[in-house]
Amino acid sequence: MNIVVCIKRVPATDSRIKIGADGTSIDPAQIEWIISPYDEFAVEAALQMKEAAGGGEVTILTLGPAESTKELRTCLAMGADKAVLLKDADASSRDATATAALLAEAIGDLNADLVLCGKQAIDRDQGQVGTLLAAKLGLPCVTEIRKLEITDGKANVERAGEDGTSETYNVALPAVLTCTKGLNEPRYASLKGIMMAKKKPIDERDVSAADGALQLASLELPPPRRDGRIVGEGVEAVPELVRLLREEAKVL
Amino acid sequence: MAGEILVYVEQKGGAAKRASLEALTLGAKLAAARSSAAHAIVAGDSAADAAAECARYGAAKVLVLDTDPKDTHALAAAVAGVANDVALVLLAHTAKGKDLGPRIAGALNAPLASDCTAISNEGDTLVARRPVFAGKAIATVKPASGTLIASLRPNAVPAEESAADGAVENVSGAAPSTGLGAVLAEILAAADEKIALTEAAVVVSGGRGLKGPENFGMIEDLAAALGGAVGASRAVCDAGWRPHTEQVGQTGKVVSPNLYIAVAISGAIQHLAGMRTSNFIVAINSDAEAPIFKVADYGIVGDAFEIVPKLTEAVAALKAQG
Repeated sequence: MNIVVCIKRVPATDSRIKIGADGTSIDPAQIEWIISPYDEFAVEAALQMKEAAGGGEVTILTLGPAESTKELRTCLAMGADKAVLLKDADASSRDATATAALLAEAIGDLNADLVLCGKQAIDRDQGQVGTLLAAKLGLPCVTEIRKLEITDGKANVERAGEDGTSETYNVALPAVLTCTKGLNEPRYASLKGIMMAKKKPIDERDVSAADGALQLASLELPPPRRDGRIVGEGVEAVPELVRLLREEAKVL
Repeated sequence: MAGEILVYVEQKGGAAKRASLEALTLGAKLAAARSSAAHAIVAGDSAADAAAECARYGAAKVLVLDTDPKDTHALAAAVAGVANDVALVLLAHTAKGKDLGPRIAGALNAPLASDCTAISNEGDTLVARRPVFAGKAIATVKPASGTLIASLRPNAVPAEESAADGAVENVSGAAPSTGLGAVLAEILAAADEKIALTEAAVVVSGGRGLKGPENFGMIEDLAAALGGAVGASRAVCDAGWRPHTEQVGQTGKVVSPNLYIAVAISGAIQHLAGMRTSNFIVAINSDAEAPIFKVADYGIVGDAFEIVPKLTEAVAALKAQG
């Protein structure tokens, strides 16, 4: 089985965000870059499926700046076979439509039986590239899966539905699935894996994106929260807290 | 429908979801300012029963789709089928909305601004504000042209009544199921129906300071007294004390309730990202230096094991008074 996993290079979750001089991007100084955490679940799921099947190929695909080879090498060190980098210096500001179009074009010649994505990248938090990718490829899509099993050429997946329900889908392959936390525990690359990854191929391609359908007008820091106060210490402060919640905040 | 606004309203047993009524309220206001109209779209069993409620929140017309909303892909196709040339298709950024929005965007080949906290008219253009980097920054976005699809974060705007006609129009012959081979096999109900974390008006979250999963009873009790939902920090979920579905933070749920109570949570940056847009934040922590106090409106320094039960008692007493 050929599995393609789409990943994105994003700022680490503990990054402090500063706005860049252009007012539409972030200041990259002092940012530590990582694989978007939800994408790691997708990578791990692909590796587990390949191991269970005793064969197949896992290809990692990303649209990103040239530096994304670092994240791709990490995936290769985890055990993926090869990687494709669609080089785009402005990848992080591409809208979902343009991103999905470029990924779909690349997937077109990778002969994928299954495409896995994270449920969202933790930079733009759009949560739509996987679904749009499926629409472009004309494939079924189930989002935010937390269980995955392949039997008889079908993917059986579970996702959280509305009101605490759990939904199970049987999905004909090929398909696009987006992954969320709970699906698995992503592995760390072994030393041997890191050594082997150095010899694995990364196919770097230059791409040019179409204009986005959703334009980014500006990026700004959120307004600071109003000043708070310490109401008091210990249980003696409870009546005052309740009074404030009722009379000042009016939330009780 | 050219230039008009469509709002997909989720309903259950004929009652509209509050988050959907918030979206409808916003849609009606945007439409009024454009001298246009906002229409509600409902689907599913007893959908027609929700029509009167939709009208009270500003729907000029209520389109009742002959489609099973459980099949999200077919629902998206049906919504897209009535959305020709509209200015905006608006929905709530709920569990359903998150799955539905991108499918409508795919079907209409129109851009989606997801999880918006505000949408306004700028001349003829609709401009949306949405948190990015889990709320560490706010992006202002607008469509290059044509229809915008947008999902609205629950609790971002109030649901307000403003009577409109609400004439019911049945839309049948909706697109057949186009699930493209993703077949919904079963839906397992939750053991007990809980308020969705991202839609709750009150969220009470517990952190590692609670020392163990056995101590979350008091968090559940306080949440129950407030009619809210239970959340947890990443450390707590990673330790397996609580399910991942309750995690609040950058790699969990982003919540924006009217009242957020953080109990024994220090306030790591990735947690703050997931709750800082809450209207009011209360922090209870034994460490006066904990970063959570920097975003809290009201803080109590002290032992959560003593404070939380007292707070629950006080809230219950207040609610009993009515």
